[in-house]
Amino acid sequence: MRIPCPYCGDRDAQEFVYRGDAAPRRPDSEDGMFDYVYLRDNTAGTMREHWYHAQGCRIWILVTRDTVTHRIEGAILARDAGR
Amino acid sequence: MPRYSIFSILSNAFSGHRRWTPAWRDVKPAAGYDVVIVGGGGHGLATAYYLARIHGITKVAVLERGWIGGGNAGRNTTIIRSNYGLPGNEAFYEWSMKLWEGLEQELNYNAMVSQRGVLNLYHSDAQRDAFARRGNAMRLHGVDAELLHRDGVRKMAPFLNFDSARFPIMGGLLQRRGGTARHDAVVWGYARAASALGVDIIQNCEVTGFVHETDGAVIGVETTRGRISAGKVGLAVAGHTSRVAGFAGLRLPIESHVLQAFVSEGLKPVIPGVITFGAGHFYISQSDKGGLVFGGDIDGYNSYAARGNMPVVEDVCEGGMALMPMIGRARLLRSWGGIVDMSMDGSPIIDHTPIEGLYLNGGWCYGGFKATPGSGWCFAHLLATDRPHETATAFRLDRFATGHLIDEKGQGAQPNLH
Repeated sequence: MRIPCPYCGDRDAQEFVYRGDAAPRRPDSEDGMFDYVYLRDNTAGTMREHWYHAQGCRIWILVTRDTVTHRIEGAILARDAGR
Repeated sequence: MPRYSIFSILSNAFSGHRRWTPAWRDVKPAAGYDVVIVGGGGHGLATAYYLARIHGITKVAVLERGWIGGGNAGRNTTIIRSNYGLPGNEAFYEWSMKLWEGLEQELNYNAMVSQRGVLNLYHSDAQRDAFARRGNAMRLHGVDAELLHRDGVRKMAPFLNFDSARFPIMGGLLQRRGGTARHDAVVWGYARAASALGVDIIQNCEVTGFVHETDGAVIGVETTRGRISAGKVGLAVAGHTSRVAGFAGLRLPIESHVLQAFVSEGLKPVIPGVITFGAGHFYISQSDKGGLVFGGDIDGYNSYAARGNMPVVEDVCEGGMALMPMIGRARLLRSWGGIVDMSMDGSPIIDHTPIEGLYLNGGWCYGGFKATPGSGWCFAHLLATDRPHETATAFRLDRFATGHLIDEKGQGAQPNLH
């Protein structure tokens, strides 16, 4: 897999650290904390996920990837997505 | 069902092997069953077998989307062991180990269970302490464990790279009762024995949804071969647990990941048992056919594509070369990937779901094969009695909410690190 880092360009996925599904948002209170920490949609198909370019620009990015085919549709900076 | 024995082999040999009959009945789904098991892998078939054998519940169907032995049952590295450290795990895996030890007589099927030993190597003083602690925990549960020093390991496996500058081998934790089994034979054996007790094994039958009572309880399944009603429905579809449970509206503490495995060309016997590298993630054994069967880490990203990527291939092979440089000239014959349920604490779930009539067996991470008999036994116990088996009381679905996690590696809620 090659990931199109918005800052560095196309780079091998090995340079990145995977964090997972970008959908869960940290809740303001303790309610919903269990959902946020433990429950996942575990999507089979297109998923938006966080990757960290540890061996490159060291920026968190938001990658849109198909979990069934590994096809990557695109990537933006996580901060541009308000994350 | 004709019994397999030396005499049946001889008599079939004399008749030119034309009189062997299929190992299990091929049936069309009936309208309803007492229990429907979704997933015809090792765990599902073992569950059906023990439901019939131990609990006398024979109106049971096992629904398999593909064919028996075509899923993760045929994709693992066939290792069996019970060398866990935590109380919630150890009693369960030891019960599973005990079932392995009697499995072939029980099923009248040669599953090639071979207790050739599982050796975990350690490479530092700190790791020795951690392994000694795990070995002691095992022994407190009545499980065999031996802490070997360097010389003991050298006697067993003189070919290892003992004097590696970075990761010298200082010794290992050995479970002699651990070993390997023939993975296909395990599912075939369970399928045959369950079928003989009256269980219907239905292949090419994919579950596409659940049938609900007005109060929400599950009373059947929708499949590609029609609606099947059920007193109880048990899920044993590890790898796809989230998807199938999702049909009933459940969200689970599970992510699906891809785990790769590898096998080399056939070689003369060189590796005595199962050996694992303590300084990287690499484990290896040699099949009876001669192939070196090995693997390492999961790829680390969510995946439903039963294939992985090159970085992990490289990482696994580097681990192998660091540990036993002699395998460097063996050629890789095949590699493949399987989809595993990675749970949030690295341990499985065998429990009721919040939905009446729906029971869950999943979250096996990359350790499901060794658990096959124990998982079937405990899931059957739960389905038959509505109470968890005494060795599986910790595998609750609500442990993530209550904080009673079973985190063997201490990594926290990050599935790709377990």
